[in-house]
Amino acid sequence: MTVLLLAAGAAYVAATWRCRSPWPLARTAAWLAGLAAAGVAVAGPLRAHADLHAHMAGHLLLGMVAPLLLVLAAPVTLALRALPPPAARRLSRLLRTAPARWLADPLVAVPLNAAGLWLLYGTGLHTAVAHRPGLAALVWLHVLSSGYLATAAVLAVDPAPHRRPVAVRALSLAGGAAAHDVLAKVLYAAPPAGTVGAEQGARLMYDGGTVVTLVTAALLWRRWYVSRDAVRAAAQPG
Amino acid sequence: MSDAPTRPAARRRLLVSGLLLGLGTAGAVDEIVFHQLLHWHHFYDRASGAAGLVSDGLLHAGTFSAAVAGMALFADARRRGRFAPPLWWGAVLTGAGAFQVWDGLVHHKLLRLHQVRYGVDLTGYDVGWVLPGALLLAAGVVLLRRARTEPAR
Repeated sequence: MTVLLLAAGAAYVAATWRCRSPWPLARTAAWLAGLAAAGVAVAGPLRAHADLHAHMAGHLLLGMVAPLLLVLAAPVTLALRALPPPAARRLSRLLRTAPARWLADPLVAVPLNAAGLWLLYGTGLHTAVAHRPGLAALVWLHVLSSGYLATAAVLAVDPAPHRRPVAVRALSLAGGAAAHDVLAKVLYAAPPAGTVGAEQGARLMYDGGTVVTLVTAALLWRRWYVSRDAVRAAAQPG
Repeated sequence: MSDAPTRPAARRRLLVSGLLLGLGTAGAVDEIVFHQLLHWHHFYDRASGAAGLVSDGLLHAGTFSAAVAGMALFADARRRGRFAPPLWWGAVLTGAGAFQVWDGLVHHKLLRLHQVRYGVDLTGYDVGWVLPGALLLAAGVVLLRRARTEPAR
């Protein structure tokens, strides 16, 4: 996992050097910070399977904070600008294929993310992962990537062939947050077998999830407010 | 603000903005003041079932999302020069009152998610929860009716 994160950081920095236009430093910083958040989560707190309080801190970092920072770094835009033109064309064709469009749709990506969480904590999977490091790494990779897909689909920082209207994306985000809230209270009432600190862990999941979702919603509406379509519509009478 | 929202689309947007912001504000006050600062409300007192948890999750996520969306739509209405105070305030009060009444009757009493306060006689607290909500709701509806009969200047 650490190797993957380091490789992702190196690839991004190398791409900014090859990028055909100046690349904002803030985006590079967001990418590296996102990878660092994921790295911190898998290095320490996420390994505490039995202590749900520590575990949830890691989970918030890996599943919510890191994806948000990575999405804000607009990696697809960077790839399209840094790859040689033939490869960039292949990538943009790939993004237009049906499976890629489904995964970029908030009505698919957000429910998938929520379903993964419920599967992890609602079934015996969380307990099973504790003694299988390989399985744990797969679960971490899934949490990070499904969190990334859901956030990317909602915020739509990178170009997408068919973008849902802002109201649909905001409602998807709220729906995902509701599923997260309900799961937190279910864990509070009925923690997975063999765990301690479930009450604090559930509260951290609930409150931390609220904060990250609030930030995401604010970014989503801010991007809508300054978007070309909204500015143009506001300039017209009616 | 010369040509206030006479067109239905602009009025509808302003109405939606006010309702969302009212709902969101009442929800935020409930969460910040009564859950986090006073600790009167409990996170979960195990008295409610699955329906209560789902309803609570939807309302919690819905209210803070509504607050953000309401602010963005409000800023947009201002930018368009289509802001009409009576209509907007009527919508805000209606949204806030609706949240308070729904929270007090359905969540506290019907689904028994949590109570206003613990270890005390609840009657006064329940009346003190629902009555201001009903007053807000009534004031909002009156303002909205007035804004409808008196088209904006």
